Amino acid sequence: MMAGNGTLALAALLLHALAFLVLAVAAPLRRLGRPAAYVSILCAAGSLGGAVLSWRAHTGETISRLVWTWLPSEGQTLATVGVLADADSTVMLVLVALVSLLVQVYSLGYLSDEPPPALGRYYTYQSLFAFSMMGLVLAPNFLQLFMCWELVGLCSYLLIGFWYQRPAAQRAALKAFWITKAGDVGFLIGIVLLWRHTGTFDLTEMRMLADNGALPLAGLSVMMFCVYLGAVGKSAQFPLHIWLPDAMEGPTPVSALIHAATMVTAGVYLLHRTSWLFALTPDVLAIVAWVGAFTALLSAVLACVQNDIKRVLAYSTVSQLSYMMAAIGAGFSAAGFFHLLTHGVFKALLFLGAGAVIHAVHSNDLADMGGLARRMPQTAIVFIVGALSLAGLPLFAGFLSKEEILGATLAGGFMGPFLVLIVVAFLTAFYMFRVVFLAFYGAGAPAAAPAVGAGHAAVHDAHDAGAHGHATPHRVDEPTASMLLPLWVLALLSVGIGVYFTFVHPEPEFTSPAWLMPLAVGSAVAGIGLAWATYQRRAIDAARLAAAFGPIYRGALKRFWIDDLFERVYLQVILGFSRLIGWIDRYLVDGVLNVLSAWTVSAGDDMRTMQSGRAQDYVYGVAVGLLVILLWVQFG
Amino acid sequence: MGLQAYLTLAAVVFCIGLFGVITRRNTIGILLGIELMLNSVNINLVAFARYLGDVTGMVFAVFAICITVTEAALGLAIVILLFRIRRTVIADQLDLLKG
Repeated sequence: MMAGNGTLALAALLLHALAFLVLAVAAPLRRLGRPAAYVSILCAAGSLGGAVLSWRAHTGETISRLVWTWLPSEGQTLATVGVLADADSTVMLVLVALVSLLVQVYSLGYLSDEPPPALGRYYTYQSLFAFSMMGLVLAPNFLQLFMCWELVGLCSYLLIGFWYQRPAAQRAALKAFWITKAGDVGFLIGIVLLWRHTGTFDLTEMRMLADNGALPLAGLSVMMFCVYLGAVGKSAQFPLHIWLPDAMEGPTPVSALIHAATMVTAGVYLLHRTSWLFALTPDVLAIVAWVGAFTALLSAVLACVQNDIKRVLAYSTVSQLSYMMAAIGAGFSAAGFFHLLTHGVFKALLFLGAGAVIHAVHSNDLADMGGLARRMPQTAIVFIVGALSLAGLPLFAGFLSKEEILGATLAGGFMGPFLVLIVVAFLTAFYMFRVVFLAFYGAGAPAAAPAVGAGHAAVHDAHDAGAHGHATPHRVDEPTASMLLPLWVLALLSVGIGVYFTFVHPEPEFTSPAWLMPLAVGSAVAGIGLAWATYQRRAIDAARLAAAFGPIYRGALKRFWIDDLFERVYLQVILGFSRLIGWIDRYLVDGVLNVLSAWTVSAGDDMRTMQSGRAQDYVYGVAVGLLVILLWVQFG
Repeated sequence: MGLQAYLTLAAVVFCIGLFGVITRRNTIGILLGIELMLNSVNINLVAFARYLGDVTGMVFAVFAICITVTEAALGLAIVILLFRIRRTVIADQLDLLKG
């Protein structure tokens, strides 16, 4: 127990809370816009410093635990709050702090056209977002984890709907909130069941129980499945993946934040954090692996037909998250977590790069881009670095982590998911370089770049980067320094991580066959090659390629009808249920009351005839009554 | 004559009065019936006073007769007012309290 190191992590956490509170309470400061941004960025920078120091102090088995009693109950502690810092949580803390700092710096340039109050609001949400995610990462118990989990969901709702004047953004924000909420219900049930099962919310205590074998296994599968449901919602696994592409309605830096460090990574992180619990339930892990592999394939196929640069990246995030899920399902959560970290870096890079392109072109549509490499060379370079990392080429960040995931699924004995993931690796390289070739190379003139599915723009929601709705003829330039700096930092990190791990191999938990690496790299190179041949050399006609995959292509354009299905089912179920409730209310509840009141009315009607109004009748009644009473007293 | 005879007479007069109250259609007839019932009570009072040798009952009877007279006067006044308003004193037609 080293309290000093825990304090650093706590400081990193509380700095964001401080920034949020200052901006939330001091409304005049918030409305100034830029000064509010500087406050938030300053705190984020300090937080990154604390996170890095804390990370350096927690190598290996060092664990610091700082907890305070929060809910006392009958002599013991029901719930605590605090930080649980170890090697995993602090490295995740560094990722969150880094990405949120870079995103905040980048947003200064990206949102420069926003009115000051909106900018202040944006930075307030950003600080809260980073704080919630850090609280989640450092949570020592399930209760704090769940609260931060919900806060993260709330912040993503607020930021996706940042341009709340736009109906599409409102819809997307609500969709994200409700779909993830569906998973969260399962998570909450799982937590409560686990608490009843083990008698504690605390992760450390629960782990001790699990390690000692004192945890009863009966019913554990159901609980872990419920916990997994939470991760399904947050980390966009099939069938709850549908919110993530729509979440692109938010500003691009927000997408970078959501996809790289906060929000969607929470699900994978949760599964990694509780991997010792999941290890007790192999059947749930098998579900995790298969659902992961399926989602990876589904979203990779969907990414191939998107014409919106951000949507391609969104589906690629779903796909990569599913990669991690598959590794966790195979029982090697460290491999998934490793990929989570490297993916965080290069996905933030890709999103911020895409943001720079959108900022310059004022459009999300790939058809409006082309030949940008000549006009924005720096952006092109960093974007290609990100794409190469995502494709998993050697010397780039995604290479080793991706190979580890493939090795993990193989070592875990999941042959089916392994084959699927190889296909996905090919598709990943293909769709990323489709974007690269369409956006940065080829003819520069708009509409000169026929994408797969041109003319089928139904899938693609026309939105031009929100606030930048001014006229189309414009100069396409490199972004400002505040946007370029984060891009270069992330690009250098992507390469740096890649080079570092090429030479310093971490000790793997399993041995992968020698043919694995050539296979993985080969499928990635094949994907890049196909994209090059199709979109750069135009040796293969994109339309013919699409026709070759006829039904899949047409299905993918409609997102495989999953969104429609959801809408239909949702409508049917909710409407059907409402109709049922309405019928019960109208005919059963109201019916009983109506019958009772009708009885009362008719009984009154019958009884009123007794009231003749003639005084003599009443006297007669009194006399007869008196007589009866007299007789009763006399003879009764 | 013993007490029994007086009580029997009072009971008979009471029943005749009650019968009149219930069956007479004319309101004045009903008032007469009420008078009969009250007087049967007076007979009882006087009879018991004689039987017990206590004058209290007699005093009560005198009071009761006074009250009977005022009651008759009020009753007749009401009947006259009723006749002025409704142009009838037939009890069957005076059913404003009919439910």
